[in-house]
Amino acid sequence: MSSEEKTLTLNLKIWRQTNSEDKGQMVDYTLEGVSTDSSFLEMLDQLNEKLIGENHDPIAFDHDCREGICGMCSLMINGQAHGPEAQTTTCQLHMRKFNDGDTIVIEPWRARAFPVVKDLMVDRGSFDEIIKAGGFVNVNTGNAPDANEILIPKNDADLAMDAASCIGCGACVASCKNASAMLFVSAKISQMALLPQGELEAEQRALSMVEKMDELGFGNCTNEAECEASCPKGIEITNIARMNREFLKSAISSKL
Amino acid sequence: MTKKLDSKVPEGPVQEKWDNHRFKMKLVNPSNKRKFKVIVVGTGLAGAAASATLSELGYNVDAFCIQDSPRRAHSIAAQGGINAAKNYPNDGDSVWRLFYDTVKGGDYRAREANVYRLAQVSNNIIDQCAAQGVPFAREYGGTLSNRSFGGAQVSRTFYARGQTGQQLLLGAYSAMMKEASKGKINIHTRREMVDLVVVEGRTRGIVTRNIVTGEFEKWAADAVLLCTGGYGNVYFLSTNAMGSNGSAAWKAYKKGAMFGNPCFTQIHPTCIPVHGENQSKLTLMSESLRNDGRVWVPKNKGDKRKPNDIPEEERDYYLERIYPSFGNLVPRDVASRRAKESVDEGKGVGKTGVAVYLDFSDAIERDGEQAIRDRYGNLFEMYNRITDEDPYKVPMRIFPAVHYTMGGLWVDYNLQTTVPGTFALGEANFSDHGANRLGASALMQGLADGYFVIPYTLGNYLASEGLMTDKVTDDHPEFDKCMNESKDRFNRLLNIKGTRSVDSFHRELGHIMWERVGMSRNEERLKKAIAEITELRAEFWRDVKVTGTDVGLNIELEKANRVADFLELGELMARDALERKESCGGHFREESQTEENEALRNDEDYSHVAAWEYLGDEATPQRNIEELQFENVPLTQRSYK
Repeated sequence: MSSEEKTLTLNLKIWRQTNSEDKGQMVDYTLEGVSTDSSFLEMLDQLNEKLIGENHDPIAFDHDCREGICGMCSLMINGQAHGPEAQTTTCQLHMRKFNDGDTIVIEPWRARAFPVVKDLMVDRGSFDEIIKAGGFVNVNTGNAPDANEILIPKNDADLAMDAASCIGCGACVASCKNASAMLFVSAKISQMALLPQGELEAEQRALSMVEKMDELGFGNCTNEAECEASCPKGIEITNIARMNREFLKSAISSKL
Repeated sequence: MTKKLDSKVPEGPVQEKWDNHRFKMKLVNPSNKRKFKVIVVGTGLAGAAASATLSELGYNVDAFCIQDSPRRAHSIAAQGGINAAKNYPNDGDSVWRLFYDTVKGGDYRAREANVYRLAQVSNNIIDQCAAQGVPFAREYGGTLSNRSFGGAQVSRTFYARGQTGQQLLLGAYSAMMKEASKGKINIHTRREMVDLVVVEGRTRGIVTRNIVTGEFEKWAADAVLLCTGGYGNVYFLSTNAMGSNGSAAWKAYKKGAMFGNPCFTQIHPTCIPVHGENQSKLTLMSESLRNDGRVWVPKNKGDKRKPNDIPEEERDYYLERIYPSFGNLVPRDVASRRAKESVDEGKGVGKTGVAVYLDFSDAIERDGEQAIRDRYGNLFEMYNRITDEDPYKVPMRIFPAVHYTMGGLWVDYNLQTTVPGTFALGEANFSDHGANRLGASALMQGLADGYFVIPYTLGNYLASEGLMTDKVTDDHPEFDKCMNESKDRFNRLLNIKGTRSVDSFHRELGHIMWERVGMSRNEERLKKAIAEITELRAEFWRDVKVTGTDVGLNIELEKANRVADFLELGELMARDALERKESCGGHFREESQTEENEALRNDEDYSHVAAWEYLGDEATPQRNIEELQFENVPLTQRSYK
């Protein structure tokens, strides 16, 4: 039972940066009375209330749904993207995973393609740019046949759903020493390649999206699998293999 | 004087209205579409679908969202599914039945013609989403799967695991990005609409604030679509996202768009209870849990024993007791109200005493733990992650939470508000769900409005009004006036330099709303709410503390602006609830109930939409009326005994 609620005193080391131009620095805070039933973000809310009380600028961090689905929250917590729990977004991480007196280091995602906006917030607009390069099926509203005219084997639909469950949070990039976006890109390419709807444009899609990813300054994949380990949605690196096959196929057969 | 509202519902039998209307509406010549600019505020299902479709048609679209990407809008959090009248399972569904169920489910406070159209286009939505590559659940033969949902007697809900909202939104987002890649949609992220620009009674654009830089910007357009979602966060704690707010709709209200049925809110019975005072939001669990879970509280007040130590005869399975035929499956509002009553009587459970038990032990004994795991594994896991309790061993604790707002900007059949050129789509409008929304219908409505309704009705507006030549640019003085007023408002917030944080005001407002304008309402408490909110609002403008400056990103300033609007909207909700002296759907007035304590509608006096009109900050808003006609679905009183 969670009636064993306790309160913690924490030493927090948090990245503060006024804006994208600022150099930024780590700042130490002590926070008392953190309930073990609070979520990690509620702990930060509590710190912010305290900072406001002391007339300090509260810490900016991204968050929205707080249900682990919007992909807005981020945070490197003690060097791990989304913190210590497997397959858990920061907003779903709870303070009962920490101990009284712990020191917690909190930093933003670090990647050339994700510039810091303020404090712990980064700009992930580069992910939108990658999707814009081909992460869609070219079908206008009104052009669709009856949904059951496109039969899809259950297994393919399930695999496509696995890939499609990516929330675009960027943990894969943040945890990769090369800041590669391969897992994110491959999840979208896989979803589309597994479904007949996406097949017609598969060649062009793989080429364009990979090209855009390189152009935006994301690094290459060196098979460390850190992305898979940090992914809050359990997206597997087999997607990267599938993407490489698609890319190779299109590079060989390219009619472009 | 009370105004009569023209709903512009077309003539003819309900089945033919939309077809006739589509034929009669004016069209914009393809080469002329590129001469129009349309602003879309919000990029959830309604906004993303509208942006993509209007761009495909040739219009220039400027889309705005407060998040860092259009893909993060709160539609993404919908779990259950989306309804459509496909009748793939061959179980007797039809457009007529979906229409009928939705009108009845809305407790006869929705507009029949709109609901019929919604049911009609529901099938096109599924086709469109499948074509985009939305990975809907499939059968082994490759066809789409359906499941039953929300008490419907047919299986008409399409789903993508427990992430249907996410997958539908990503589909609409991808359609939007397809158009953005062609340069036809300009996407402006981290932008907040702070005013609607109306010139001589016609919508001409918006003013936004760039959330990152703090700069104000002017945007001229021929029409503005508000796809900004609901206002459930007026309660502070709700299942809405932290950023969900009512400000864009509220600005439109102040510029003349009437607000329809603001008191109609939906409270969802199976949410994870509040853990303590630092709670920031609530998490919903699918209602399907009530299929196997039994709801109970201890018979004795203040019984602090652990649930498994309370013997059977000292438990009150109150839903089964009061409603022997429906039991734990009574509708959302009934289950919610009864839970709060138990808690108010002092029988609440858990550390805070603000919860009731949802017990699976009988189901586990009957069907085995594996069967329960197969059905609800993901929900049990979510519950365990948040509460650290194991629902296979200890009963879950649940409590109702605000989930959806059926009320919203009043729109006519064309989805146009009472300000010409301003349209409202999805949860932001009031139109389709009456006093209660059925499960899996929110996604349907957002996409229906965006993909299949607005593309036609907007064309009609643009073609009818001579807007080809009658243009207003952002040089017009009204733009500067609106921008300066917005700047002044933000500066005023910064300069109060009071003692209380923005969140402390929001929490207090939420408390007033929940206790007095929540799931059970009466005249005395509603009047009290109006007085308390008025007082709190005055205190806010006297004593709120907003740290930081107007330059750069300022999260407190952003929140303060939204809470200031909630402090006004909350009062309007209370006023609307006070004036509607009947019970219907999610609106329960204690003065209007049957002998069995059930909601009692008053069709004689209240079979209408209340559309509130702003008359100035100091004046009481005016309650206008749109009479509702029920020509196809006979009015009946529901009973769940």
